[in-house]
Amino acid sequence: MKYKFTASCSKDQLKGIRSFVNDTLMKHGLSDIDISTLVLAIDEVCANLMIHAHQCNPDHHLDVEINIQPNKGITFNIIDQGIGFDINTYNEPSVNDLIERKRKGGIGLILVKKIMDDIQFVKINNKNTCKLFKKLSVN
Amino acid sequence: MIHIESSFEEDIKKITVGGDVDASSSIQLDTEIKNAIEGDDKKILVDCSQLKYISSAGLGVFMSYIQDIENNNIRLVIFGLNEKVLNVFEILGLDQLLTLESSLEAAKSYLNEV
Repeated sequence: MKYKFTASCSKDQLKGIRSFVNDTLMKHGLSDIDISTLVLAIDEVCANLMIHAHQCNPDHHLDVEINIQPNKGITFNIIDQGIGFDINTYNEPSVNDLIERKRKGGIGLILVKKIMDDIQFVKINNKNTCKLFKKLSVN
Repeated sequence: MIHIESSFEEDIKKITVGGDVDASSSIQLDTEIKNAIEGDDKKILVDCSQLKYISSAGLGVFMSYIQDIENNNIRLVIFGLNEKVLNVFEILGLDQLLTLESSLEAAKSYLNEV
């Protein structure tokens, strides 16, 4: 089963994205903790794209697709247009480095990598897809 | 939407955070924590019992003051995290780097330890 949500690249849209992910996953028998960590991961990827790839321009949009594969897992596709941002080529700093440098940013993608089982970045022409897979038993 | 308030109870600065702390609202949490630390408050109590959601933007605020807390002999304690919010702190190991307590009583006794 597939679901899709489109949001403008403005940080006040993050709440709507979280509600969409939460409400969709609630229909498929996941635990509250699993839902909350997946909501967090998608929020992090979207916030990162809005801020770093789109400078929070509300005229830009991104799509969040959720593909439920029973007994297999969940694939999330986050699709935008523009320069693109490949999470896999980003060397995230360690938590200790960030504390020493008193940095507030940089931990979002650490969380995403810890939560998701597979992350791929696909760029075709001007369209970027960040594919995030979580292995889970879903119905 | 974030709800944030601060008050004093004797020598304890109390910051109450409720709602959602995400990339759009974490700046407000940052302002309150910064005011407390720069205002030379030595005992800071952060009440998160009404906090529904936190993302890395909010965690980053707490992380960025860990050194100031240690260097300035400040006691900062966070209490009342629900299970989902606590889980986010634990994923990054921040539960080991910050002082988290489950109840107001435990948080106050930490602040008032001699």
